[in-house]
Amino acid sequence: MAEPFRISGAGRLTPAKTARFTFDGKPFSGIEGDTLASALLANGVHLVGRSFKYHRPRGFLSAGAEEPNALVSIERDAARKTPNVRATVQELYDGLAAHSQNRWPSLSFDVGAVNDLASPFFSAGFYYKTFMWPKAAWKNLYEPKIRAAAGLGVAPDQPDPDHYSSRFAHCEVLVLGGGASGIAAALAAAETGVRVILADEQSELGGALRFESGSRVDGQDGFAWAQGAVAKLAAMDNVRLLPRTTAFGYYAQNFVGLTERVTDHLAAPGHDLPRERLWQIRAKKVVIATGAIERQMVFADNDRPGVMLASAARAYLNHYGVAVGRQVGVYTANDSAYAAAIDLKKAGVNIAAIVDLRDNPSGPLIDEARTLGIELNLGRAVVKARGNLRVSAMVVQPKNGGAERTIPVDALLMSSGWTPSVHLFSQSRGKVAFDDATRRFLPGAYAQDCVSVGACNGTDSLEASLDEGYAAGAKAAKEAGGKAVRGGAKPKADAGEGWTGGMLGSAPGAGAGTTVKAFVDFQNDVTAKDIRQAVHEGMRSIEHVKRFTTNGMATDQGKTSNMHGLAIAAETLGKEIPEVGLTTFRAPYTPVTFGSIVNHARGPLFDPTRRTATHDWAERQGAVFEDVGQWKRAWYFPRAGEDMHAAVNRECVTVRKAAGLFDASTLGKIEVVGPDAAKFMELLYTNPWEKLGVGRCRYGVMLREDGFIYDDGVVGRLAADRFHVTTTTGGAARVMNMMEDYLQTEFPGLNVWLTSTSEQWAVIAVQGPKSRDIIAPFVEGIDLADEALPHMSVREGKICGVPTRLFRMSFSGERGFEVNVPADYGLAVWEALWAEGQKHGACAYGTETMHVLRAEKGYIIVGQDTDGTVTPADAGLDWAIGKKKTDFVGIRGLSRPDLVAPGRKQLVGLKTKDPKTVLEEGAQVVANPNQPIPMKMIGHVTSSYWSENCGRSIALALVVDGHSRMGETLFVPMPSGVIEVEICSAVFFDEKGGRLNG
Amino acid sequence: MADSVQAAVRNPAQAGREFQATGVKLATLPPAHRISLRAPAASVAALSKALGLTLPEKPKTSASKGSRTALWLGPDEWLVIDDGANDPLQDCAGVEALHSAVGISHRNMAISVTGQGAESTVSAGCPQDLSLAAFPVGACSRTILGKSEIVLLRTADEAFRVECWRSFSDYVFTFLTEAARDASA
Repeated sequence: MAEPFRISGAGRLTPAKTARFTFDGKPFSGIEGDTLASALLANGVHLVGRSFKYHRPRGFLSAGAEEPNALVSIERDAARKTPNVRATVQELYDGLAAHSQNRWPSLSFDVGAVNDLASPFFSAGFYYKTFMWPKAAWKNLYEPKIRAAAGLGVAPDQPDPDHYSSRFAHCEVLVLGGGASGIAAALAAAETGVRVILADEQSELGGALRFESGSRVDGQDGFAWAQGAVAKLAAMDNVRLLPRTTAFGYYAQNFVGLTERVTDHLAAPGHDLPRERLWQIRAKKVVIATGAIERQMVFADNDRPGVMLASAARAYLNHYGVAVGRQVGVYTANDSAYAAAIDLKKAGVNIAAIVDLRDNPSGPLIDEARTLGIELNLGRAVVKARGNLRVSAMVVQPKNGGAERTIPVDALLMSSGWTPSVHLFSQSRGKVAFDDATRRFLPGAYAQDCVSVGACNGTDSLEASLDEGYAAGAKAAKEAGGKAVRGGAKPKADAGEGWTGGMLGSAPGAGAGTTVKAFVDFQNDVTAKDIRQAVHEGMRSIEHVKRFTTNGMATDQGKTSNMHGLAIAAETLGKEIPEVGLTTFRAPYTPVTFGSIVNHARGPLFDPTRRTATHDWAERQGAVFEDVGQWKRAWYFPRAGEDMHAAVNRECVTVRKAAGLFDASTLGKIEVVGPDAAKFMELLYTNPWEKLGVGRCRYGVMLREDGFIYDDGVVGRLAADRFHVTTTTGGAARVMNMMEDYLQTEFPGLNVWLTSTSEQWAVIAVQGPKSRDIIAPFVEGIDLADEALPHMSVREGKICGVPTRLFRMSFSGERGFEVNVPADYGLAVWEALWAEGQKHGACAYGTETMHVLRAEKGYIIVGQDTDGTVTPADAGLDWAIGKKKTDFVGIRGLSRPDLVAPGRKQLVGLKTKDPKTVLEEGAQVVANPNQPIPMKMIGHVTSSYWSENCGRSIALALVVDGHSRMGETLFVPMPSGVIEVEICSAVFFDEKGGRLNG
Repeated sequence: MADSVQAAVRNPAQAGREFQATGVKLATLPPAHRISLRAPAASVAALSKALGLTLPEKPKTSASKGSRTALWLGPDEWLVIDDGANDPLQDCAGVEALHSAVGISHRNMAISVTGQGAESTVSAGCPQDLSLAAFPVGACSRTILGKSEIVLLRTADEAFRVECWRSFSDYVFTFLTEAARDASA
């Protein structure tokens, strides 16, 4: 028989639909609808992994998302390797290839298991104690060896070829969890017509109905009812169902993050489907119906493969038709495990014995177990599980000590009760409250507009859960604007399961004074002893105990371990559980892939790439581009055989000899319009503006309140009430923001408005002695004569038949124009000017040449020659401050004592003694190179280039008292030796500025 | 200007770009006249008259007449788009009432997103509630799509106009393409 543990007639899968898969290379067969876990169990495989710290053999603890043990790696192909996949969640598909983790050389013989024997050395707080000394061990042992040995699974080493998507959604009622109460809530809410989203982590909704064979709703088997209800919901326009979708984070104002697993269950996912889809949902009301998670019993060697939660065994049997063993033991302090024993017994599996810690449990389940002839051992404990790679027996002892009895088993089911899943409630900032009677934390005070229903709210019976869910759904929908419903189709439970009992903490045989390995946290290998040790070593708060032991800190987030750990800590401290407190639940509920978080934002969509109108032209010309913020700017235009140096030298010389064309479109542009425009400009810039004539331009400097330079740019006055302001490329957005901020908060009375026109205009800078000749043939309606259009003026007219704002200005020191045309015309005008420029020997130049040319003239670049601590005076720009002005942003900052004191760093030029030596930008300047290290640094180089026009290197630097050091020799110490420099004027070329009209 | 000089050709961003998936179609819309109009409440009547439509004064609403649409973007801010021959900038030029009109025809470009998957497509990157109840035909908003600012206008039950700045148009179109692919999946 292919699957020896599949029970014919049991479960809901269709046996004919087989799916083949491999585990560690070995072929197996399962059935469509299986999880990897159920399919392996059907084949009798329990051993699936090795534990994190001790490398102990591990099997399946659960049948769901809480699984701490059965973590495997799934490999679709070389690039699609996903580590730490929970086998209990991974749906089977034909061809699935899974591998075990954390073992070498093989799963059944693992060298790392020596850690288990050496466990006294790896006790609680191992990292904290070990990683203290000696210092050298960090380099040789801790980081390379111990940290490398830690961790589960291997991260993929190739780029992820899958794609991920994102969706924002809104609804009136969001139901988290598709068990009985969640479905009931969704049904009630949907009836009112409001938008309802129902999300559940499983492929088929139903929650605990999946295994609760005793449940009947509206005359049907509970799970069948759930499928019918889901089909009804799916048919409604106002309902969106999200199966395979985990709500991982609950954020402010009912904003919930969910991940939908779209293709992980498909054998051949199409290329169009994203692997996962991130949902970000804003809901008016949230119904939390996240159920409860069963806890293990904490006893010696409770981690042996084959030892699992009772509810898991029921799910494998009742849903997947798989028996987890042939001779099954049960250890419980809670009724629900009886149901598992009964189901298995009825399916023909032998129940070796039920061991119940309680002395006198009673109720129909206990009676039925007796009737079925199952041996009950009451008031007894399982003190040890025997076996290594698979449980072989349970050792039973009266709970207060006495003779041991060994009962052979091949699977051992356990239940110490159920922990309500208050994770999302807690993430919503709701406060949990400890319920003494049932010894569990339940939702207390709510912080957001949500409600918990069903098992996560401590509501145990099916009937009550359906009622509570339905009522909550109806109420939430009504409050969110749903229409009144008369005679809604409220589901009715005909039979359900409800359990009592349960215990927290270590079971007999694993209590204080024992040294057995009774696991509390399976994934992080934390035992009851470790928790007690943490308390003994002085940890008092559960937050400290958690961090010291790492209990609950694995990727399973302590779903099965938190309450046990807390109870053991409380017991050891001699305190009540509420006094010790509960650790905070944090997102994500289950691990979320980076792909899901990043979703569309990869490759070309990682960040917008902004291109100017002439980008493609420049590309065709062979331009090399540089990134300036999000912009791609042409950096230089190398010709055949030219390197960057040669290209820039040629471009620099050509501009000064003939002319050059430069795309300056990325400069920020702001149109300042209104009767108070000049007044506003006076307040925002250091310069005077009121008297600037229409048609004239001025270089403006903008400060922050502290008096330091914030931005600069040329401003043209187009009309009495209209300015065309330019900013730096990088400063465009923040200058606009700062202007708008001041306008709205400081000067709200001004009648002026700001509009970003950065992208309205393509800007073609034509610079050089031939610049006028190049543009002249195309210009209409503007007199280009020097008298009519002097340097620093602006006119509106036409160029190439389209509107232009033509600026006569220069960032090169040459006669120059900046031709602004509506952006869609940018390319055509550029091409026209380019063709004309060719006749005059002009070239196209990029940002590097622009930088060199401006440095030759000592024009600063804000952000390169300034760093947020430079005043206009420091930069030699005090001439730009309106001396008669009584107010502008930063005026008071400028008079701060520090800003007027001597000893400030000031912008100067530097000439290297050897003209061929080019300084490094950022290099430090010292007065005496022979002083001991660390030397006193008195300045640094801000800009440095080879200037072909000057025939030497040039540099700008900020140097202490630089303006009064002209002619002084200073030094720039570099690893290769000290460079001697002379302080000089920042203007290296055409000091008198005659070429502006040349 | 010399007679031999040819008038510059217009090269709109993403001109002619289209994408089609099941239930969603994306297309770059033809160039249009656009102004950014700023004005206090007292000027609204005069500007409405000049523009030939009543400037909307309610948040997230627009007004259309003929080829012209005015989108409310803020308490004193409208985006006026005209698909036809008349430039709203000219119409405002003669208005004495206090206002600022700035031409931004080339700053923005527009992409139409149409089809039954249009809403899901835009919802991939726009956090707003785009259901017909919350964002009916004519609703508009300056919002975001992924990492880009956009102005969104619903032109029909299953049609949106996405306006963005010129240099963001490749990003926005590409984002919408990915989103459309997912919406149709």
